[in-house]
Amino acid sequence: MLIHSIFFYFFSVIAIFSSLMVITSRNTVNSVFFLILDFISVGCLFIMVGAEFLGMIILIVYVGAVAVLFLFVVMMLNVAEQKQSWFIGKKSTHIPTGLIVSVLILLELLVVVGGWKYKDNVMSSSTLEFSNISNTHQLGLVMYTDYILYFQMAGIILLLSMIGAILLTFRQRKGVKKQSYFNQISRNPSSSIELKEVETNKGVKIDD
Amino acid sequence: MIEIGLGHYLSLGAIIFFLGVIGIFLNRKNVIVILMSIELILLAVNINLISFSIFSGDIVGQIFTMLILTVAAAEAAIGLAIIVIYYRNKGSIRVEDIHGMKG
Repeated sequence: MLIHSIFFYFFSVIAIFSSLMVITSRNTVNSVFFLILDFISVGCLFIMVGAEFLGMIILIVYVGAVAVLFLFVVMMLNVAEQKQSWFIGKKSTHIPTGLIVSVLILLELLVVVGGWKYKDNVMSSSTLEFSNISNTHQLGLVMYTDYILYFQMAGIILLLSMIGAILLTFRQRKGVKKQSYFNQISRNPSSSIELKEVETNKGVKIDD
Repeated sequence: MIEIGLGHYLSLGAIIFFLGVIGIFLNRKNVIVILMSIELILLAVNINLISFSIFSGDIVGQIFTMLILTVAAAEAAIGLAIIVIYYRNKGSIRVEDIHGMKG
C-alpha cells in the first residue's frame, strides 16, 4: 500500500506541476512540452491504477498525435514568444525545458517499469481485479457488444473531424501547374501523334 | 494519507480541471494555449471517470473515457485547423487581436 501512495504522489505532483507550467510559461513551445509531460504522468497513473489499456491509449493518442499536432502548429505559425530566457542569454532555445521534460519522462517510465514487478502490491486498490482476464479484454467485451453504437459514432466523429480539418486548411493557389492524371492516362496515339509529310529542303512548323 | 482512495484521484482531477479553467481565463497570449487548457480539462474529466470506474468496479467508465478521448482528438484537429486559417487570414492569433465579433 505504501508503494501505491508513493507512486500516486510522485505522478500527481508531476502532473499538477506540469499543468501549472502549461498555463504559465511564456513560451508556447514550452507549454506544449509540459502538456506532453502532463499526459505522460496521467497515463502512468492510469496504468498504475489498473486501467492499462487507457493509459497506453493516452500515451499513443495524446502524446503521439495530439501533442505533436500542437507542437507542429506552434512551430509552423511562429507564435512562440521568446522574450524571457532564464538560461544562457539569447541563444536559449527550447533545449533546457526539453531536457527537463525528457529527464522527468525517463524517470517516470523507469518508475512504471520498476513498479510493474510489484503489480499485485501496487494495484491492490483495484476492484476490477476479481476476474482473471486483462483490462483490455474486459474493455473489448463490453465495447464491442453493448456499446457498439457509441463505438461506431466515435468513428464517424473522427471521420468528420478529418474531413473538416482537410477542408478548412485546403486552399487552391493560382498559377500552380499540376499534373492532370486523367488527361495523362486517357490520351491515345490518335489524339497526340500527328504524321506530317515533310517536303524536301523545307522545315516543319510545329505548334502553329 | 497513506491509503490512496477515490478521494485522492478526484482531488487530482479537480486540481487539473481548476488549472485548465484558470488557464482559459488568465490567458493573454495566443489561442493555442486556450486549446491546451481545454485538453487539460478533458484530461481531468478522464481522471474522474477512470477513478470512478476502477473504484466502483464498473468497466463502463473506461468506455466513456475512450469516447471522450476520441472527441478530444477531433476537437484538437478542428481547433488547430481553424487557428491555422485564422493566422493565414489575419496574421495574428493573439487573444487581444481577436475581436471580430465585438464580444
